[in-house]
Amino acid sequence: MTAPTHESQGHRGIVTELITFLESRTRASWGEDVDLFATGGLSSMFAMELVVHLERTHGVSIRGGDLRLDNFRTVRTMADLVLRLRTDGATDG
Amino acid sequence: MTLVDVDEVALEGARARIDHQTRVAHLMGAVPEGVAPGRLSTATTVSPVAEATVVIEAITERFDLKAALLNEVGTRTKPGTVLVTNTSSIPVDDLAAYPPRPEELVGTHFMNPPYLIRTVEVVRGARTAPRTLNALQDLLDVLRRASVVVADTPGFVTSRLLHPMINDAVRVVQEGTASAEDVDSLMVGCLGHRTGPLRTADLIGLDNLVDSLRVLHERTGDERCRPCDLLLEKVAAGDLGRKSGRGFFTYERTEQLS
Ligand SMILES: NC(=O)c1ccc[n+]([C@@H]2O[C@H](COP(=O)([O-])OP(=O)(O)OC[C@H]3O[C@@H](n4cnc5c(N)ncnc54)[C@H](O)[C@@H]3O)[C@@H](O)[C@H]2O)c1
Repeated sequence: MTAPTHESQGHRGIVTELITFLESRTRASWGEDVDLFATGGLSSMFAMELVVHLERTHGVSIRGGDLRLDNFRTVRTMADLVLRLRTDGATDG
Repeated sequence: MTLVDVDEVALEGARARIDHQTRVAHLMGAVPEGVAPGRLSTATTVSPVAEATVVIEAITERFDLKAALLNEVGTRTKPGTVLVTNTSSIPVDDLAAYPPRPEELVGTHFMNPPYLIRTVEVVRGARTAPRTLNALQDLLDVLRRASVVVADTPGFVTSRLLHPMINDAVRVVQEGTASAEDVDSLMVGCLGHRTGPLRTADLIGLDNLVDSLRVLHERTGDERCRPCDLLLEKVAAGDLGRKSGRGFFTYERTEQLS
């Protein structure tokens, strides 16, 4: 499992990791604010792979209202989501 | 909701698949607000059908298997239970010879993936009673599905048009005119299809596609429907498409569940 190495990462570390993942899966290069699902981009079905990847690699669980395409639209919004879920997890106990 | 399968492995995997597919549906905005998930139980025998209001048969696309099962199920359901056969190509009235109350049998053709595609092709057999069709419509309303009712003929509308086209697309690859990737790129980029024919074949399952083409070929005599060699080779090699991880393309574990 890769989770422990990434769990302590901040925003920048998550962004870097996500861009590496996207580039390996799509063999294209991606910026932090590029809309991944805009015309010519990834299929919206790919979003579920991103969900599973974030859960496995960054130790979060994405459920209910957070399962919205908008949360996965850019690398930045995904990093924001991971940080928010970690904070929520920490405060909820 | 009770899921019955002769394959225990399929039943064991069902909960994880349904959970995964529900999440995909959420992500795609395809789940209505404020609806709690139903409860799933599983069984390896058909005895639970005695308590059912609707039974949907969706087993392997083989006439003999479906006929035997519909006979067994039909003798165990209460009169008035709607019996649905979910088939890609087999005429409903041919199957209606097997359950004891043929007027209770009606056909559906849910499209893949059924949790995302909202329109269902409904097949009315010669012996399907109006009240059976009405009860099916009520069920589809609850499932928020639109339907189009068509006459009973091999392949109905969608498989009659789509499956020979996919078979031709495989022949194009087999003959070396273009790669699977390029055939799909052309059908998507030039002709505006949402998914190319070879990715669609992988999604359907190449084994199921061969079974459906055989039904069409036997019943229409149309040579375009004879499953082509490349398709048969892939099935023999166990490359069944998305569900096995490889067909014309390869699939990640997450995609196999979708
Ligand atoms: N795959 C598609 O895209 C698609 C689309 C629309 C309709 N259909 C139709 O739906 C049906 C099922 O297709 P599929 O792709 O899910 O097939 P599949 O081969 O993936 O699954 C069929 C399941 O039926 C089970 N089964 C076989 N005989 C049985 C029996 N006697 N009792 C209980 N379970 C039994 C098998 O163990 C298997 O799990 C077929 O008739 C097919 O033509 C498929």
